[in-house]
Amino acid sequence: MKKALFILTTVAFLLSTLTFSVLSANKAPQKGEALPTINLPIPKNADERNYLGLSGSGSFKIPQIKTKVVIIEIFSMYCPYCQKDAPGVNELYRLIESNPDIKNKIKLIGIGAGNSSYEVEIFKKEYRVPFPLFSDKDFVIHKTIGEVRTPYFMVVKINDDGSHQIVHTQLGEYPGAQPFLELVLNVSGLK
Amino acid sequence: MEKRKFVLCIFIFTILSFFISASMAFALSNVYKGNIYQTGPLKPTDSTLKVKVGDPAPDFTLPAISGEKISLKQYRGKKNVVLSFVPAAWTPVCSDQWPGYNIVKDLFSQHDAILLGITVDNIPTLFAWTNQMGQLWFPVLSDFWPHGAVAKKYGVLRSDGVSERALFVIDKKGIIRYIDVHDINKRPPLEDLIGALEKLNK
Repeated sequence: MKKALFILTTVAFLLSTLTFSVLSANKAPQKGEALPTINLPIPKNADERNYLGLSGSGSFKIPQIKTKVVIIEIFSMYCPYCQKDAPGVNELYRLIESNPDIKNKIKLIGIGAGNSSYEVEIFKKEYRVPFPLFSDKDFVIHKTIGEVRTPYFMVVKINDDGSHQIVHTQLGEYPGAQPFLELVLNVSGLK
Repeated sequence: MEKRKFVLCIFIFTILSFFISASMAFALSNVYKGNIYQTGPLKPTDSTLKVKVGDPAPDFTLPAISGEKISLKQYRGKKNVVLSFVPAAWTPVCSDQWPGYNIVKDLFSQHDAILLGITVDNIPTLFAWTNQMGQLWFPVLSDFWPHGAVAKKYGVLRSDGVSERALFVIDKKGIIRYIDVHDINKRPPLEDLIGALEKLNK
């Protein structure tokens, strides 16, 4: 009897510790750190695959994108600021793609926190988003990056040896395409 | 024996709290800054429906933020109606639900449907809250007084006085064609609602 009580109490204690650690483990990624492991599906769309320099099917990790800098926007189709900023973020894509000096050095992706593929497509269609967007329907990625509010921007520098680090993070406050591009060029050392 | 029961309760509570906490996920827009009250995980549903699919939708008249009064019956024979009950202003999930509907007016129009957003909050609260969402194309109605009377009529008033996170699709004949009393902690996927609208004309 006493033994059973002891086992139950121990299990309950261990589970509460686990609960606490699971819930408090993930904080927002910090500048200088590496990204947590984020697996994304290789896009079925050939243009998007080419844009990211990927081939085949299955999944990929963000540092595998063939570029020097990746700008990640964590967004939601349900987020008014993400909606408002969408045209400006599209403009950022166009500024990069129209400049031969940086065209292949900076890539842009979006991850829809809590958005199903259907919802991501709605956002893509509504705002004519020209860069790849990914669904994070069950908040799996959102949890690994500390359940940040949206829109949340991360700038990741990919080094020649394949290593990478976050060089900038930003919650909202999107300043417009040109100032943001300047910021990205500065923090990533591309300028 | 009593001690054993007590320990067993702690054990079960711990396991439940883990799963409830783990399922409590939402992406909060930065538009609301620090003004969202964190409710914590809530009992998924806490009411008993008083209507079912195939029933005539109970009529109601409620004040809208715009100042007009809106009755369900004014759409009879003209529009399909989606009722979106959300629990309360300035709470998680709710704050990130209607802004999504706000960018898909065309999908509602394609199915000849109007959306009516309803909460049990009073008009000034709804005014301040929905102002953060931008200009909404659909009416937002206050079921504040008599408190939650419409939610109660449909059987979606929770025991603490807020409504469920519930969707009702009502056709032009005034018949309920779809009901989703959703887990209050989660946002209903848009495709489920649009799927229900697509079935209206089949």
